Amino acid sequence: MSHQLPAHQLPEHPDWLWRTPDPKRSYDVIIVGAGGHGLATAYYLARNHGITNVAVLERGWLAGGNMARNTTIIRSNYLCEESAALYEHALKLWEVLPQELEYDFLFSQRGVLNLAHTLQDVREGTRRVNANRLGGVDAEWLDTDQVRAFCPIVNTSPDLRYPVLGATLQPRAGIAKHDHVAWALARRADEYGVDLIQGCEVTGFLRDGDRVTGVRTNRGPISAGRVALAAAGHSSVLADLAGLRLPVQSHPLQALVSELLEPVHPTVVMSNHVHVYVSQAHKGELVMGAGVDSYNGYGQRGSFHMIEHQMAAALELFPIFARAHVLRTWGGIVDVTPDASPIIGPTPIGNLYLNCGWGTGGFKATPASGWVYAHTIATGEPHPLAAPFGLERFTTGALIDEHGAAAVAH
Amino acid sequence: MLLIACPWCGEREELEFHYGGQAHVGYPANPEGLTDSEWAEYLFVRDNPKGLFAERWSHAAGCRRWFNLIRHTVTHQILAVQSNRPVAAGQPKPVIP
Ligand SMILES: Cc1cc2nc3c(=O)[nH]c(=O)nc-3n(C[C@H](O)[C@H](O)[C@H](O)COP(=O)(O)OP(=O)(O)OC[C@H]3O[C@@H](n4cnc5c(N)ncnc54)[C@H](O)[C@@H]3O)c2cc1C
Ligand SMILES: [Zn+2]
Repeated sequence: MSHQLPAHQLPEHPDWLWRTPDPKRSYDVIIVGAGGHGLATAYYLARNHGITNVAVLERGWLAGGNMARNTTIIRSNYLCEESAALYEHALKLWEVLPQELEYDFLFSQRGVLNLAHTLQDVREGTRRVNANRLGGVDAEWLDTDQVRAFCPIVNTSPDLRYPVLGATLQPRAGIAKHDHVAWALARRADEYGVDLIQGCEVTGFLRDGDRVTGVRTNRGPISAGRVALAAAGHSSVLADLAGLRLPVQSHPLQALVSELLEPVHPTVVMSNHVHVYVSQAHKGELVMGAGVDSYNGYGQRGSFHMIEHQMAAALELFPIFARAHVLRTWGGIVDVTPDASPIIGPTPIGNLYLNCGWGTGGFKATPASGWVYAHTIATGEPHPLAAPFGLERFTTGALIDEHGAAAVAH
Repeated sequence: MLLIACPWCGEREELEFHYGGQAHVGYPANPEGLTDSEWAEYLFVRDNPKGLFAERWSHAAGCRRWFNLIRHTVTHQILAVQSNRPVAAGQPKPVIP
C-alpha cells in the first residue's frame, strides 16, 4: 500500500531562490558552468564591477558538479607564496560571506590538522608552518601530545604502522555546507539580475577570426562580449571546441559518508601519508576522501579499491570508527594540472577567459576564484593575485609547484 | 575496479597496474630545435578526451611490461589491447603506430 500523500496535502514547496529565465540573445558576459566558481564569478562581476548583463549557462542543474560532490575542506596553509596568498584571500572572504550574503551556510572554523607520519612529513610540516607564518597565514606545529589533546579520537599510539609524529594546525581552517554556499551565491547573483540558465549546454563557440563572439548551445546561439569558462572537469572538452589545448587531465575523485552519528569529531584531520582525510558534517555523517583514481575519466565514478584503501587508513587512524557503516560513495571529475595549481586568465583567443585546473582542491577557493576571475573578465587584465596562475606559466616554466611543495591534496 | 587484460598475463585487476597516460607521445625528434611553446606542449599537454582514449599501462605487480590499450573514458569499457613486442638487444625499437 502506498503511503504517499496526495499532492494537495504535501507541504508547500519553499520559495525558489532564483528565477528560471530563458536565455536572451546576447549578454555582456557569458559564464560557462554554474558550479561554485561560475556562481562566485557572476556574483563578484555584479558586486565589484557593476556588470550584471550576465548569464551563467549550466548543462545540468545548478551546482550539481563538483560543487555538490566535494568534502568542503577550507584552508589556506599552502607552501608556495602565490598559492597561500590566493587561498588566504578566499579564507578572508569566507569569514565575511555568510553575513554579506545573508545566508548561514554553516562555515565552521574548527581547524584543520595535517598529520605527519615520517621524518620527511615533520620537516615538510614545520617548514610549511614557518612559511605560512611569514606569509600572514595562521599556522601552528603540534607535537603528538598536542594532537591528542586537540583531537582525542585520533590514534596517537606509537604502535601504529605510521605513528602520528605531529601535525600542522590551521585554526581558522574548517568546513562549510557546499550546496548552501552555491545557493547563497546564486540567490544574490540572481537578485543583481544575472540569468542562471540550467539545462543549457555549450556545444561550440561563435567566432570572428581569432576572437569569440558568443556560444552555441542546445538552446540556440547566444552572443556575448566575453565568454568565461568555469567548467571544472569538462574544461578540456570545452577548450577543444575552441581549438585550445590545455595542460589538464580529468580524473575521477571519490568520497564517501557514513551513516549519521553523534558529534564525535571536533576538527578536520588530513593525512597525506596514509592518505585519507576525515571530518564530520553538521548533520553527523563522517565525511572521508583521499586521492584521485589514476586514470583519466569523465564517468563521475572510480574504482572501489580507492575506497577500500582510504577506509583502511581511516580505521588505523580512528579505531573508534570501526563499526560505522558507509552510507554512500560517489565521484566527481577533477581537472588536474601538472603543478597542481589552477589556471586563471585570458587565453590566446580573444574575449575567451579560462578558469580551471583547481583539481582536488577548488572548493576552498570558491570566493577568491570568483573575485579574481571577475576582475580579469571585467578589466581584461589578470588580478594581481591571479597573475602568477596564467596559462603561459607552462611555457615560461614559472610553475607553482604545489605537487612538489607540500603534496597535500584538497 | 577495471579488469585489464595484460597481453602477456591475461586479465588482472587494475590494482596490479600502473597508469601511464596518453599513448604514442614520442620524444621530440629534434629537441634542440623546439621553441618554448613546443616544449610546453611536449612536457605538459596531453589529450584529455571524453570518449575513446589510447593510453599506456604497465603491469607493475606482474610482468612489469608496458602496453597500450584503448578505453572509453566515460564507460571505462576497454576496446582493444595492444602489445608492444619485446625488442631484442641491438634491434631498432618498434615504431608505435
Ligand atoms: C570527491 C571530491 C572531493 C573534493 N573535496 C574538496 C575539498 O575538501 N576541498 C576543496 O577545496 N575542494 C575539494 N574538491 C574540489 C572542488 O570540488 C572543485 O575544485 C570545485 O568544486 C570546482 O569548481 P566548481 O564548483 O565551479 O566546479 P563544478 O561544480 O564541477 O562546476 C562546473 C560546471 O560546469 C558545467 N559544465 C561543464 N561543461 C559544460 C558545458 N559544455 N556547458 C554548460 N555547462 C557545463 C558542469 O555541469 C558543472 O556544473 C573535491 C572534489 C571532489 C570531486
Ligand atoms: Zn603482465
